[in-house]
Amino acid sequence: FMQRGLDSQTKKQLEEEEKKIISEEHWYLDLPDLKEKESFIIEERSFMPCEDLLYGRMSFKGFNPEIEKLMIQMNSRCKEEEIEVDGKMEADVSDEEMARRYETLVGTIGKKFLRKRDQHVLQDEDEDGSSNTRPSKKAKKKFLKPQD
Amino acid sequence: FVHEPRLQYVPVKGDHVIGIVTAKAGDVFKLDVGGSEQASLSYLAFEGATKRNRPNVQVGDLIYGQFLVANKDMEPEMVCIDSSGRSSGMGIIGQDGFLFKVSLGLVRKLLAPKCEIIQELSQLYPFELVLGMNGRIWVKAKTVQQTLIIVNILEACEYMTAEQRKQALARLSGN
Repeated sequence: FMQRGLDSQTKKQLEEEEKKIISEEHWYLDLPDLKEKESFIIEERSFMPCEDLLYGRMSFKGFNPEIEKLMIQMNSRCKEEEIEVDGKMEADVSDEEMARRYETLVGTIGKKFLRKRDQHVLQDEDEDGSSNTRPSKKAKKKFLKPQD
Repeated sequence: FVHEPRLQYVPVKGDHVIGIVTAKAGDVFKLDVGGSEQASLSYLAFEGATKRNRPNVQVGDLIYGQFLVANKDMEPEMVCIDSSGRSSGMGIIGQDGFLFKVSLGLVRKLLAPKCEIIQELSQLYPFELVLGMNGRIWVKAKTVQQTLIIVNILEACEYMTAEQRKQALARLSGN
């Protein structure tokens, strides 16, 4: 039992000695660490993105209607970015509408989960809110003990 | 960016080119694209192609496709479908029409977003045009004469100035 432990200890010592020997043998550079420069040069072999070239198949004056459809599709990819920018502007305006609709939506869905008694109360509150003249007559029904 | 007006085309990944089928070796076609090597094209690289449903490609056909693999260490490979599996205009170019070669710089000029040459030509008469980045252009119009006129204009555009071109086109549209 102890022998195994001794073996492992001796192994560790041997390893440490080996490491020391190896590290002494390693050559170190005395130069300071060179920082990796981010290269600003990107290599691109094709001309397509450089000059924003069009698609190679073209048809004019309705010679080949399928290719004319293709032309619109391909060339609209360049213009899609412009459309996205415009779309965002429109979305800002409709945010207000979204807020209004959301308010009413929460109310309607909230009512769905109320119990029947609460619904009555809600209705009364609405009625009160709409017309202040009517006093609240109905109180919550309590359990009436049967009179002996 | 740096332009290098080379004479011979160098295959570049993603470039759309016109190739001529030179050989059919089992499941693979060999295409001549004007580069230093022939490109290979698998018969499965067409839209809707399966092992049973093979595309009808003969030696001597014209194919419009893009490069899948194109580096200096490997043989270039072409496909006729894009990344989503649709052909989007690539594949066998139909019958009739005229194929000719121009310099690489002219093709780049013609493919520029607002190319006057193409806009002016499109006013003349209906025709169909396929431009390959390897300098090959294929034209098809209703009559042989119209096709040849377009071919001559495109070839001459390399050396004509804008004024000369407009004069030539004015004479043609007058006729």
